[in-house]
Amino acid sequence: MRIIAFVKYVPDAAGDRSFEDDNTVDRESDGLLSELDEYAVEEALQIVSQAGDGEVIALTVGPEDAEDAVRKALQMGAHKGVHVYDEDIEGSDALSTSKVLAAAVRKVIEDEGDVDLILTGLASTDALMSVVPVQVAELLGLPAATQASDVEVNGSTVRVRRDGDTASQYIEVALPALVSVTDQINEPRYPSFKGIMAAKKKPLEDYDLEDIDLDAAEVGEDAAYTEVIDITARPPRQAGEIVADEGEGGQQLVDWLASKKLV
Amino acid sequence: MSEILVLIDHADGSVDKSSLELLTAAKSAGTPVAVFVGTAEAAQQAAPTLAEYGAERVLVASDPALTEYLVAPKAELLASLVESQQPAAVFVSASPEGREVAGRAAAKTDSGIITDAVDVTPDLVATQSVFAGGYTITGKVVKGTPFIAIKPNSISAEPSQGAGSVEEISFSPSDAAKTARIVSVEEKPASGRPNLTEAAIVVSGGRGTNGDFAPVEAFADAVGAAVGASRAAVDAGWYPHANQVGQTGKTVSPQLYVAAGISGAIQHRAGMQTSKNIVAVNKDDEAPIFELADYGVVGDLFAVLPQATDAVNARR
Ligand SMILES: Cc1cc2nc3c(=O)[nH]c(=O)nc-3n(C[C@H](O)[C@H](O)[C@H](O)COP(=O)(O)OP(=O)(O)OC[C@H]3O[C@@H](n4cnc5c(N)ncnc54)[C@H](O)[C@@H]3O)c2cc1C
Ligand SMILES: Nc1ncnc2c1ncn2[C@@H]1O[C@H](COP(=O)(O)O)[C@@H](O)[C@H]1O
Repeated sequence: MRIIAFVKYVPDAAGDRSFEDDNTVDRESDGLLSELDEYAVEEALQIVSQAGDGEVIALTVGPEDAEDAVRKALQMGAHKGVHVYDEDIEGSDALSTSKVLAAAVRKVIEDEGDVDLILTGLASTDALMSVVPVQVAELLGLPAATQASDVEVNGSTVRVRRDGDTASQYIEVALPALVSVTDQINEPRYPSFKGIMAAKKKPLEDYDLEDIDLDAAEVGEDAAYTEVIDITARPPRQAGEIVADEGEGGQQLVDWLASKKLV
Repeated sequence: MSEILVLIDHADGSVDKSSLELLTAAKSAGTPVAVFVGTAEAAQQAAPTLAEYGAERVLVASDPALTEYLVAPKAELLASLVESQQPAAVFVSASPEGREVAGRAAAKTDSGIITDAVDVTPDLVATQSVFAGGYTITGKVVKGTPFIAIKPNSISAEPSQGAGSVEEISFSPSDAAKTARIVSVEEKPASGRPNLTEAAIVVSGGRGTNGDFAPVEAFADAVGAAVGASRAAVDAGWYPHANQVGQTGKTVSPQLYVAAGISGAIQHRAGMQTSKNIVAVNKDDEAPIFELADYGVVGDLFAVLPQATDAVNARR
């Protein structure tokens, strides 16, 4: 069982996020492994440990510091890491990023052997598009079962539960496949001290565009499929009216709603 | 005027409100063409509504495989329609499925995609709100056919009569698209309340409910609202995950959002910050949710909500 877990390096949600002059997200300052990708890493580790043998390869596409995201996955227990970085990738949008990820997966397959499963997070905590997983699946010609709250691998198939608003669906796909997981699926482990020490000795490959056989013209800002025209900070909300409840709070609330014609 | 394909969401022919919003957006930018996946009977039922909201044509694809497998067959359908109809753009609802269908179809047609648009201008410039609502971005697809996923409740649906001529199209997904099979479905009991992402009013409870959602539900029912929950409430097992509002739950944009016993963490804000009016009820006058609130009551939700419920009922 060989599993690739996608791990994205994102700006810290708690910190101030900003844009560069060229309207791309500033990804150089304080970042971390997207929390939603920790669930993918955890699930990959559990599947491999249940299978009894195999390996988890953590793969990121991102700036130099994105290595931290791979490191964190290695500390959690992933066996190998791959970091795709190339100046020419900067400014890539969803589809270009998906092309880079797909090409990197092909390279991993070439170097390490067949991959049974690709696990990804639900969405990156900065972009929140939730399109990269299906686009990578499309580009690689893989079946995709997305938004799994439960994953069960049985031999050559994987069964996934998706919890929707009005129903839960059970999906079956044959391996190899791509599965994106939600934050309901497990409880990601914290790296242990032993894990942190062990991670230092684990292999971490650096790929550039040439390594993954992708033309620079296909990626980066110039090749982007979408263009940002304008960015404005949302004006701070007008301070609202705050009252302390002194026995009439509920009534006051409804009076206010009525004044706004909301009830 | 150039045509805009609109992927319709419906339940057995009863059209989702979000799809009517998409038609309205499409009408302002071109000629709306509804893409309807479902049986011919369901399409007959839906067609008058689609026409009323501006659909000139209703393209009906009824191969059952389109709904027996996840995402990929519908993506193939859209990609093939992009090829045959050459639309100016494709609009889908920014639901999990809509995003994925559009994402896959965009990859197939080598096109750009914009998700979570809250507005689209006649020349297809989309407005998005990003970083937990902290920034507003406008952007455009510059390659291929623009795929735009529009957030429910951001545009108000306006009737505008179209011809609504129904055309059956013969489309069968390839075997390659028939891989992620839906083997079974477990229906959840219906709550009888409005759908969270489409509701005009949402009343949410958090850790402050201490597990007792009764006052939240009672107030919600009094004002005809959907019920939401913070992740803390969901993780504690007090409310289903389907009702979670926030980054890893639903994004809602109602006329009125009421947060009771919710502190207002950034991940929660990400799912409700674009609500038109925000009301908070919280014991702690320093809770960050008050920074967003148009109206706030500092107090115990177990006192404030029941009184508010009575006050609403008394108004009838
Ligand atoms: C990757 C990631 C994704 C996340 N996604 C989401 C998400 O989608 N949605 C989400 O909500 N959170 C999400 N979170 C969690 C988020 O960070 C907060 O932990 C969560 O929103 C807190 O929920 P809460 O406000 O109910 O609880 P708390 O922060 O504990 O706040 C409870 C509030 O209730 C008040 N209170 C207590 N008793 C009463 C009473 N009797 N009457 C009135 N007020 C009372 C308290 O003063 C307090 O302000 C995410 C976190 C991470 C890391
Ligand atoms: N640059 C990246 N490197 C690695 N994984 C990524 C990258 N971008 C997206 N992903 C994966 O795709 C998921 C969804 O991303 P998105 O479509 O951007 O919301 C993330 O949770 C990651 O698992």
